[in-house]
Amino acid sequence: MHRRTFSRKTLGIPYAIFLLLFVAMPLLVLVYYAFTNGQGEFTVMNLVGFFTNPNTLGTLFYSFGVAIVTTVVCLLLAYPTAYILAISKWKSKTVILLLFVMPMWINFSLRITALKEILTFIEGNLAYHPFLNTVIGMTYDFLPFMILPIYTTISRLDGSLLEAARDLGAGEMQAFLRVTLPLSVPGIISGVSMVFLPAMTNYVVLDMLYNSTYIMGSLIGSYFSAYNWHGGSMIALVLLAIICLFTLLGGGQEDENARGGSLL
Amino acid sequence: MKKTGKMIFIGLVLAFLYLPILVLAVYSFTKSTNIGAIRGFSMHNYVTLFSTPELVNMITGTIALALGASALATILGTVGAIGSFYSKKRTATMLNTLNQIPVVNADVVTGFSICILLVVVLGISKDTFIPLVAGHVTLCAPFVFLSVIPKLKQMDSSIYEAALDLGATPFTALTRVVIPQIMPGIVSGFALSVTLSLDDYFVATYTKPATFDTISTYVVNATKGAQTNIKTALWALSTVIFVCVVLLVLIMNIRSHRAERRGS
Amino acid sequence: MENTKNIIELKHITKTYEDGFTAVSDFNLEVKQGEFITFLGPSGCGKTTTLRMIAGFDIPSGGEILLNGKSITELPPNKRPINTVFQRYALFPHMNIFDNIAFGLKQKNTPKSKIVKKVKKALELVDLEGFENRSVSTLSGGQQQRVAIARAVVNEPQILLLDEPLGALDLKMRKEMQLELKAMHRELGITFIYVTHDQEEALTMSDKIVVMSEGKMQQIGTPEDIYNEPINAFVADFIGESNIFNGIVTGKLKARFCGGEFVCVDDMKEGTHITAVVRPEDVQIVAPENGTIRGTVTSVIFKGMHYEITIESGKNEIVAQSVNVAKVGQRVGITVEPDNIHLMITEDHTNFFKVEINKNKELEYNDNVLDVSLTDIIKGSYFDEDGDLVDSNGIEIDTRKIRVTAAIQPRDIRMTDEQEEGLVQGYISNLIYEGDHYSYVIHTDLEHDFVVDDEYLWNMDDQVGLIMPVDKMKFTVKR
Repeated sequence: MHRRTFSRKTLGIPYAIFLLLFVAMPLLVLVYYAFTNGQGEFTVMNLVGFFTNPNTLGTLFYSFGVAIVTTVVCLLLAYPTAYILAISKWKSKTVILLLFVMPMWINFSLRITALKEILTFIEGNLAYHPFLNTVIGMTYDFLPFMILPIYTTISRLDGSLLEAARDLGAGEMQAFLRVTLPLSVPGIISGVSMVFLPAMTNYVVLDMLYNSTYIMGSLIGSYFSAYNWHGGSMIALVLLAIICLFTLLGGGQEDENARGGSLL
Repeated sequence: MKKTGKMIFIGLVLAFLYLPILVLAVYSFTKSTNIGAIRGFSMHNYVTLFSTPELVNMITGTIALALGASALATILGTVGAIGSFYSKKRTATMLNTLNQIPVVNADVVTGFSICILLVVVLGISKDTFIPLVAGHVTLCAPFVFLSVIPKLKQMDSSIYEAALDLGATPFTALTRVVIPQIMPGIVSGFALSVTLSLDDYFVATYTKPATFDTISTYVVNATKGAQTNIKTALWALSTVIFVCVVLLVLIMNIRSHRAERRGS
Repeated sequence: MENTKNIIELKHITKTYEDGFTAVSDFNLEVKQGEFITFLGPSGCGKTTTLRMIAGFDIPSGGEILLNGKSITELPPNKRPINTVFQRYALFPHMNIFDNIAFGLKQKNTPKSKIVKKVKKALELVDLEGFENRSVSTLSGGQQQRVAIARAVVNEPQILLLDEPLGALDLKMRKEMQLELKAMHRELGITFIYVTHDQEEALTMSDKIVVMSEGKMQQIGTPEDIYNEPINAFVADFIGESNIFNGIVTGKLKARFCGGEFVCVDDMKEGTHITAVVRPEDVQIVAPENGTIRGTVTSVIFKGMHYEITIESGKNEIVAQSVNVAKVGQRVGITVEPDNIHLMITEDHTNFFKVEINKNKELEYNDNVLDVSLTDIIKGSYFDEDGDLVDSNGIEIDTRKIRVTAAIQPRDIRMTDEQEEGLVQGYISNLIYEGDHYSYVIHTDLEHDFVVDDEYLWNMDDQVGLIMPVDKMKFTVKR
């Protein structure tokens, strides 16, 4: 007798199928390809290859270098910006914040093109400073993603906490170091996770700025161009492992700022 | 004195973000092919942009893809969010976890893994556009899901039951009562999807047909080529997009101001 | 106008959730056409779950619901001629008042002109004429409440369910709405099933009250029945203020409780374990020498119409209402008219006793610290770094403001001759043989009676210690 033609729960089914098909399945196939060779036989050669090939290992370390430097530069620029904006009582605060968000809505390739023209004008030949240009390019691309979460976290801080710190005798600097900074760590973590990982993988920025060196993402690109699915899968898998590690280190916090923040 | 210091810092960061785009905008109205000496006012870049079939096709293709994929993603993500919200805890956790994968994953890995599954394993031709659309829907739907879920949580859960109680079928209750309640989340999910799709490079590059280009893939390739008239036409494109974004922000601001005034 | 037709019947209704929690068990009820019936009980007693099963939002895991004699147990809510007024109104925020009220009629494809007429009439009924085009957010809580009622009654349901509809209103508004709802019930002639935890509301409005606790019906009856003749200690405690004591029948029309022997009107066999209920307004304060028992006034609170006076007699606390003021510290006597003492046979002889909280936030009885932490008996609570007790929401609990009651079964208490080993000491004041064991009443030095089961025969007036293992005690906390 208990028969209902329509139930809200069944609405989850199409999306579950979609996720299994286009999220879970591709990753499983990735794992399969990473551990097989062209003949479909099981092999760990791709994995061994990754860790014995000086090129791939070098790329891994270079990527970490690029990502770390980019993240630090972004943080050094973003934190003061977010902090100044969050605690200021300027009337035009929301407009200024919007100015920091707007670049996210302009196609990144066009913005990098613009940056490239300026850098070419200043440096003459971009090939002279590949690492510097990469860091500048990535900072230019990712900076808004660092500012936004930090701004959100600081502006949500309870103002009376700072007043309490001052009331208890802390100087302005002390209050900042011992109250604001520790409490804005969640924002920093989410900002770092949104800059660090793309900086390891977004190889187009390098490409466009005529940087001939490789980062992790470029390896996938080159395997893709060479139709080497197995090698590419292994690189993707290694990247996935790194991403998982970072997500877990980040405490798996609800990342409401994750890209979604770009719309405010 | 202190305030000026803060404003200068903010100004410098903003200048870093906007100077390249603005300089390029100025040069887009000249005959110059490089940043440097300005040689005469001209609209020829805009003429080229809107009269070269290759460029026009690329722009309309990108927009069509963004709107189409976002529409699909919005339907899937919204239905999925409703389904997950009303599911048992275990099902909901599974959906949420799977949904989180494309959000934290690097786009290179997402694009590459979908390419492997659909193109390499299942043998679907890229020319069918299926891999490209599937890739973009996979990229966007999780963000729709994430923007709808909070609205469902905010909603008074008894209004759905109230509709049933008043004789509405579960389907009517959903379309007439629940969907209107979560509309803001659906709309922002759609908008977010459009910006993600417009900005995407990696998923497109691994799944697109050889003859089709999005703005990102086109611009990246164009910067490697030497066709100066195309290069400067892209300056015009960057300017057009910048103006569009500014207009959009202005309209949104005016509307929210009006709404505020009406509210008070 | 006597109507004896049952409009709705609940037969052996049980609701067990997937996690094993049973919200309602073996619930039976018959409601007559046109009655105003109230489900009354503390939160979590199953009253809302029962209502939701009648509405169709929850499906019973066992039993049957009959509407006019036909089973509707698994009928979806939209197919039932029953409408609900929700706790927080559940108005559709994106529709104006007209569309909210018309929603149900539109589902039935009522012609437009008829809808307009009916909505207008419904708005008149709730005194909101001309509100059709207002939006929900512009209405006050009370007005939203009225719209919610109009939205339900406009469909002319056979039964109107009201789930704590006045809970969100302030006191004055609540009183007003109570009267209006009652008037509306008379005017419409629809059966009302009303859920509340407010006993006063239930007593004011209902034809019949169903008192519920822990998923079970405790008592059903008219407000007068429930108030005057509570069937057990729970009902007595929940309905109105009550003094409740454990005791024993000591002779013809005589019972011993609260440290004194009272004359009463219930004729019971000597030795019967009883629960005695005395309403505060029936406690008479007299001169110490004239009282059945004596005590000291510990607090006097002016309540507008009367004084609420708390008297401590031994370890017992008696609350009295009196128009005459008393002084804190004053020695007084207490008497109760025989027909104001309600005796109930206690089927379960659970011993209840008040436990103190000492300075170190430990539990204490008779100056002995009990080996149990407050955090074990207040779910989710813990001690923060300052040693303060905080609840699961992180809010500090003032240990001076909570009352802890311990309960222990007679068979879990052991008597010993080594009096100092016991948690408390006393003498055997009564004993009965119950077939396979003896049931003893120990009158302790704290003037409290404990019922103890023991298979061996002890002598009357023996001095004993009572060994009560902490792990056998159940604690309840009242704030």
